[in-house]
Amino acid sequence: MKSESTSWVKIVQNGLLGGFIALLLCTIGMVVTFDQLYVISGVITSGQLFVLFPILFESYLTVRRLPQKNNLNVLSTGGLVGLLGGVVLAILVLLGQVINLQNVLVNVSPDLFALLTFRLPLASGILILIIISGVSGMIGGAILLLPTRIRTALTQAILFIVILGTFRDLIYTVIIRWGFLQYAFLWLFAQSGLSIIGAIVIFVIVGGLSYWRAGKEKIITNVIRSPKQQRMYRWGSWGFIAIMILLLPIILGPYFSEILDNVGIYVLMGLGLNIVVGFAGLLDLGYVAFYAIGAYTLGVFTTTEAVGLLHLSFWSAVPLAIIVAVFAGVVLGLPVLRMRGDYLAIVTLGFGEIIRILVLSDWWQPLLGGPGGIVHIAQPTIANFVFGDQQRLYYVILVGIIIAGFIAIRLKDSHLGRSWMALREDEDVAQAMGINKVATKLLAFAMGALFSGLGGALFATKIGSVYPQSFSFIVSINILSLIIIGGMGSIPGVFIGGLALVGLPLLLTQFTDFRYLIYGAALVFMMLVKPEGLSPEARRRLELHEEIAEIPQEELTTALKTPGELGGK
Amino acid sequence: MVILESKKVTKRFGGLEAVSKVDFELPEHAIYSIIGPNGAGKTTFFNCVTGFYTPEEGVIILNNRNITGLSPDRVTHLGVSRTYQNIRLFKNMTAVENILVGMQPHLKSGVIGAIFRDPRTLREEKEAVEEANRLLVYINLTGMGDLMAKNLPYGQQRRLELGRALASKPKLLLLDEPTAGMNPRETQDMVNFIRRLRDDLGITILLIEHQMRVVMSISEQITVLDFGVKIAEGTPKEIQKDPRVVEAYLGRGAASGLGQVQTAD
Repeated sequence: MKSESTSWVKIVQNGLLGGFIALLLCTIGMVVTFDQLYVISGVITSGQLFVLFPILFESYLTVRRLPQKNNLNVLSTGGLVGLLGGVVLAILVLLGQVINLQNVLVNVSPDLFALLTFRLPLASGILILIIISGVSGMIGGAILLLPTRIRTALTQAILFIVILGTFRDLIYTVIIRWGFLQYAFLWLFAQSGLSIIGAIVIFVIVGGLSYWRAGKEKIITNVIRSPKQQRMYRWGSWGFIAIMILLLPIILGPYFSEILDNVGIYVLMGLGLNIVVGFAGLLDLGYVAFYAIGAYTLGVFTTTEAVGLLHLSFWSAVPLAIIVAVFAGVVLGLPVLRMRGDYLAIVTLGFGEIIRILVLSDWWQPLLGGPGGIVHIAQPTIANFVFGDQQRLYYVILVGIIIAGFIAIRLKDSHLGRSWMALREDEDVAQAMGINKVATKLLAFAMGALFSGLGGALFATKIGSVYPQSFSFIVSINILSLIIIGGMGSIPGVFIGGLALVGLPLLLTQFTDFRYLIYGAALVFMMLVKPEGLSPEARRRLELHEEIAEIPQEELTTALKTPGELGGK
Repeated sequence: MVILESKKVTKRFGGLEAVSKVDFELPEHAIYSIIGPNGAGKTTFFNCVTGFYTPEEGVIILNNRNITGLSPDRVTHLGVSRTYQNIRLFKNMTAVENILVGMQPHLKSGVIGAIFRDPRTLREEKEAVEEANRLLVYINLTGMGDLMAKNLPYGQQRRLELGRALASKPKLLLLDEPTAGMNPRETQDMVNFIRRLRDDLGITILLIEHQMRVVMSISEQITVLDFGVKIAEGTPKEIQKDPRVVEAYLGRGAASGLGQVQTAD
């Protein structure tokens, strides 16, 4: 029968796919490298997870598409997919006994074989490998037999265990800062990964909470709060978020504060580029130029070295940095903004490179220091309080973001925002509506340069020195990517994109070089699942998904509220 | 009084003269049509008037002011507004937003106002939205302000485009085939609407139109272009009888069968 034969094809396809993904992770060395990194101490390592998870996941996908699910076909399908995955790995092991694969694939070492065969003799080791793969497959399928509520609780609990276990070292740096409170948490962790008791406790707490909440939600939706209560609730939650944001660097410590500072500077610049690209639709690939100009201006005017000018304080040099960046934006913008789309992208890209090369040149060396850069850049101070370390600097960056975010939101909901949108939609018609094309685009460009210049100044003071290699093309691309990942034109998207794009790689440092692989895979996955970005503007979502019915009408009308009503309150 | 005048306007694309030495006078408060076969240079002439193209030769005078070579936004500020042959709304903006963009020439607040939302800016914005909603009622799109332009049906998109053109409070309105793709009933509504624009609002109307029934019933004056050259000018009656016009439309030799022009769409 046809349906049966297609399901066989699916089983073979997915089984092999799961096997090959596991095989890939083995051959690039991830499995061996992370075999010492326990998720649960003494029980399971990250390396083992890398082998078993792809197989488990493929079984889950296969079983999910089964037309009817009963105990027998779910377990047999899942098991078969898992067995096939195991067979693929077994073939690798067997092949490794006959030929020396290590000449070609450096990571296919005896260590890997020992690991895959559980350090047993070859025949029994392979047998156990295949059996365990089969069992993982069955588990992957069996998850679908559970009621939704239990399944959600289970997956959430396991996800928490894996995340907490994998990032044990990072979490440790935070917990040990909490004085005596640390003893409440330390026993959850072992030397590597979670302790067994810790894993059980987390499983019970997270799983239990999830199960309980799933039951409770149904009741809560029936409770209607009075408007006053709603307002209190909203203010309460905003207040809580605000306090958390203020306390973050104190709770998390220097390492995370440094990450937050980096994220913050990128968010600040993202807010600026979002005006240029997201609002006005001008593809600017040379955004790093203004960042460099801001950083170098601050450097030149505040450095204590002999090369500097004026030797100003941080606060008096910041406006200068912004003014110079905006001026550069206008000077570049005037000739360039007559171009459209791709041409604009290429010209701005060229501009970004020109600035970097100028900074490197001998000509400017007396002032900008050439490849040696500028050192001893001033730090912000208020009276005797120096914003010297990463934790304190966080607050300066936070103030910058708040100002930038405020300006971005206000501009978006003004008639300028509409003009930008109109230019993005149809430049000719917008012009025929009386919009001064050059002035309006220039304004977007200048706003972008303003935030970028501020970001550069903060970066310079954060590092304490500026070097030309900090301002490569990749910075422009990163900022553009963070906007795209967050959702083009969306202001919350900039924050989410910043966390995902700048924060994630810094969190993944323990995966050494493999972090780029994980990160790249995550990016591809994100763009496949949510092409409109993680936190898209309602408008953009509509552009990408033609069928309007997908979005509840209520959400639509609030999102596309008549612009004037926003200010009219 | 003459609101728009063109003297020997010529626009070339490479070797092709799309508009060739066109002399033209448009009296104030008129409903005036430009007709001609496909490729006669009608839309090019529109583009010269609205500032999209700068003519190689000749001058365009609006209200005794030379507007040749001014940018489109300047021309709009001087009271000229237009619609397009193939509807060109801002598709991913709502109906109200489309109209608000059209009001651009009358919005004075700048960046600082937008950021700090001073009372003046807020008042201006509030009045603009009220005005836009009144306009929506006027073009019979009541209650559709928050719909995306691209989700409106065809006829309503046409009306919205007209509303957007009206939002700048033009003295002269250029309509490029306003009844294209409409059925006879919708066409009649549009004709009545155009008359109202002139009679109620005192807007001078210049239109390009292909449906002869519309042209002949609505226009007070007609100019005929063929290959960029003005070949005839006059009242609908005169144009219908003009052998050069018939020839331009139907080819040499057809000039004897005059009456057919009336039904040629």
